Amino acid sequence: MWTLFHKFGSPPWLYRLSGSILRWLLPITLLALVGGAVWGVLFTAPDFRQGNSYRIIYIHVPAAVVALAGYYVMAIAGAVSLIWRMKMADIAMRACAPIGAALTFVALVTGSIWGKPTWGTWWVWDARITSMLILLFLYLGVVALYEAYENKALAAKACAILSLVGTVNIPIIYKSVDWWYSLHQPASIKFTGGSTIDPSMLYPLLFMITAFYCLFTCALLLNMRVEILQREQRTAWVRALANKGAAG
Amino acid sequence: MHPVRKQRLWLVLFLVVFSSSAIGLMAYALRGNINLFYPPVEVAAGLAPVGQSIRVGGMVVEGSVQRSDSSLEVRFDVTDYEAVVSVVYTGILPDLFDEGQGAVAAGKLDENGVLQASEVLAKHDENYMPPEVAEALEASKARMAEQNGEQGYGQ
Repeated sequence: MWTLFHKFGSPPWLYRLSGSILRWLLPITLLALVGGAVWGVLFTAPDFRQGNSYRIIYIHVPAAVVALAGYYVMAIAGAVSLIWRMKMADIAMRACAPIGAALTFVALVTGSIWGKPTWGTWWVWDARITSMLILLFLYLGVVALYEAYENKALAAKACAILSLVGTVNIPIIYKSVDWWYSLHQPASIKFTGGSTIDPSMLYPLLFMITAFYCLFTCALLLNMRVEILQREQRTAWVRALANKGAAG
Repeated sequence: MHPVRKQRLWLVLFLVVFSSSAIGLMAYALRGNINLFYPPVEVAAGLAPVGQSIRVGGMVVEGSVQRSDSSLEVRFDVTDYEAVVSVVYTGILPDLFDEGQGAVAAGKLDENGVLQASEVLAKHDENYMPPEVAEALEASKARMAEQNGEQGYGQ
């Protein structure tokens, strides 16, 4: 197990591995996203109270779920970078931040668009929505903090601490609708017990959540590959790769 | 594990636990302010300030919605099944506003304990189902009620 762990620290090994994963994961992800969206929008029944407007759930919930999970990926990468001083963990942490920010932004915007026809308002400062906005600022904060340092090792250290401290926000977001009175309804899908969504609507939703996890993985690997190439541009293996690309 | 790394691992764990408990205590201290609205039972107990902008949320009581014939004024009661607060609102209600559904009204309490609302939001629950399923559920609920000899929702 430790040898595998140390292999992840090797840029060329990670670059090749991510390349072979992306070759099949990327097309599958794109197909799943399109398929899931078509399934959710065209082949499910309208909701008994909300009519067709609830269909935005097929973007809103997956984006929010993966934005939360992505934060843990970032924080764990941050912890690994702090403890083992692994360059690849720094890169993974930095690569998570803009993806997470984008997903959080999508969740906030789709939530706002959904809120207008259902609740009657674009925005309300309830616990769920406010803590989600804090998540967006945390993600953007990691990006800004990383770019603020000239020294990348120092930058990674500062960002790792910020992302670890920020993990407290994730359970708060998740439980906010149960702990406080909020306008946002409680969770429909729970880890324990059943869901309160009719199965015919639930399956496309779970499918879309899986597709968004794949999308996150693809974006993370693509981001990391760019960063690896940039950092290792003077090494022999990157030069060999560039020469091969130029020749072929 | 290398002792230096072990030390750093403890540091990381300490960082997470310490900051989580600090923010947890903060959230606990501010819990009253984090709530979006007062439930009617707190309004009835006098915990909600009179004359200040507040929000009251709960279920709209069945049969309580009265619309004015000449204006957009609407009166309704919200309840948390323990207490009831009356709301007066002039304006357009959201589409999902309905009797027996959740709503959050923002406004000021007057001396009579009536909320003079300036905004009413509909709160929907976490249940999603196709209309046919909802109808089937409704029908089976009615059958059950018939069997038990109950008289609708009234108590």
